[in-house]
Amino acid sequence: MKLILSTRVVLLAAILGGLVATAEARIMIQNKGSDTLVNVAQAWAEAYQKIRPDVAVAVTGGGSGTGIAAMINGTVDLANSSRSMKDKELHEARKNGISPIEHLVGYDALAIFVHKDNPMQSITMQQLAEIYGDEGKLTKWSQLGLTVPGCKWDQIIVVSRQNNSGTYLYFQEAILGERRDFRLGTKDMHGSKDVVDLVEKTPCAIGYSGLAYDSPHVKRPPVARNDQTAPVEANMENAVSRLYPIARPLFMYTKGEPVGEVKAYLEWIKSDAGQCIIHDKGYAPMRPVKCVKR
Amino acid sequence: MEPGDATRLDARDSRWYIDKGFEIVMFLCGISAIVFVVGIFLFVFREGLGFILHDMDVGEFFFSPKWRPTSLHHPTYGILAMVAGTAAVTVLAMAICLPFSIGAAIYIAEFATGRTRETLKILIEFLAAIPSVVWGFIALSIMNPLIITLFDVPMGLGVLNSALILALMAAPIVTSIAEDAFKAVPDSYREAAEALGATRWQTIYKVVLPAARNGLLSAGLLGVGRGFGETMAVLMASGHSINLPTSVFDSFRALTATIAAELGETPVGSSHYQSLFAIGIFLFFITFIINMTADFVVRGVRKG
Repeated sequence: MKLILSTRVVLLAAILGGLVATAEARIMIQNKGSDTLVNVAQAWAEAYQKIRPDVAVAVTGGGSGTGIAAMINGTVDLANSSRSMKDKELHEARKNGISPIEHLVGYDALAIFVHKDNPMQSITMQQLAEIYGDEGKLTKWSQLGLTVPGCKWDQIIVVSRQNNSGTYLYFQEAILGERRDFRLGTKDMHGSKDVVDLVEKTPCAIGYSGLAYDSPHVKRPPVARNDQTAPVEANMENAVSRLYPIARPLFMYTKGEPVGEVKAYLEWIKSDAGQCIIHDKGYAPMRPVKCVKR
Repeated sequence: MEPGDATRLDARDSRWYIDKGFEIVMFLCGISAIVFVVGIFLFVFREGLGFILHDMDVGEFFFSPKWRPTSLHHPTYGILAMVAGTAAVTVLAMAICLPFSIGAAIYIAEFATGRTRETLKILIEFLAAIPSVVWGFIALSIMNPLIITLFDVPMGLGVLNSALILALMAAPIVTSIAEDAFKAVPDSYREAAEALGATRWQTIYKVVLPAARNGLLSAGLLGVGRGFGETMAVLMASGHSINLPTSVFDSFRALTATIAAELGETPVGSSHYQSLFAIGIFLFFITFIINMTADFVVRGVRKG
């Protein structure tokens, strides 16, 4: 999937490059990083092309770490990241004489998905930790007081992501914390959509994925921070207001204060026009914006 | 002969250079396979060496099922669960594949004639032309629901599903090598058996099968190599879950699939990256041993 995507991105970059080559001036902005952000980044680049035909934004995925590393090495102007830079990365950047600047561009909410026949009303973060965590106590649906139709064996099938995806790392950070690992034996899917697809077909399953990957064929129970607080529906408004507990900020990084065309591009991304694009792609904008429904 | 003739023959004219040039090109083609194999081996070894020398705990690597290379507080690199899963699925796949493939090979080599034979051979080779990702789709969208309904299990992705897919994928190669093995048995053996009054079945069972034994063994070993090395289809059919499988319906994770799934987003040069190459080296050795054994066995049958 990623391969196909990046091929498409490269092709697109080539086509855009060809278009721009015919224009008089040709300004290239290199943009690389998080796979979570790659679809949005591409949509931004395409829309920006219409406003500023003399500027071409080349978008590639590869993961937050890859993008940040490329920014540190000076090969890209903008790094997309679904997490803050790690201390190690900041240290490396300073060693190269770069002081990266973080720009918030929106939020990604991780929704919990169960089969549509699952009677679950809500789930707490502690329960999620016991389902997903190493030596966690919850392995059967009956322990949550649920009888899931179609799940005769009562066993919770835990669906997760491959261990270096940004979504996996964020879920670990938000639910399990740094000191706890995932349990062994989770089904590690290779894409955000694969998680939802598997949960849709498997009555016993529970999974997590970006809100953007929501589908009418699965159920999305509200999540509570703990037993005392009320469960919060996973949706755009609650992600923007930070009420929903499993939402993460999405960043773009520049090496130092942005200048010139990069600065103009970032300002456009943060404007209503740019924020409506991220909203259209299923993520939460950085602030509430009014967008025309398309 | 005049002394001048010899000089003329030795003259380094354009033909001589063309001839020499082609000689060098052919030589390069001849050794390229070796160069590539050595090159690949050196590359994989160099990338994995750092892990093997510094971070690898041999006991943990081979005997712990805990594969947690990205753990924040205590990364562990145990491949036992993946080795067990890969081995289990390969054994089951061969148990399914060998009887069918050898049966098919017996029919093609000993019974079928004319057009039936040719059609069957083409069809079996066609099976080998199906890309592995298509097999993966078959596993996900056809086998998975089928296994769920037939056996009433919560999930159809696991050892059985992968073994069935691998058996189908290995079948063409096993069948054609087994067929070659039967063809290699001299007709004089069959004639002698028939002269002694043996029926067709007795000839095959008592004479042809034992004579083709080595070839069949190597066919099986190549099938095993296919099972160990297959990636894409197994990645899609296995459920991709670190688990010591205890039943044929359990999910597991293959060694190859782990490399495929994790290498893309792993920072180059990190312990995780190097540990994936260490798995690559381990796989390289296993397939190397399997192929070498198969090769020696085939040589045995040629001499015998």
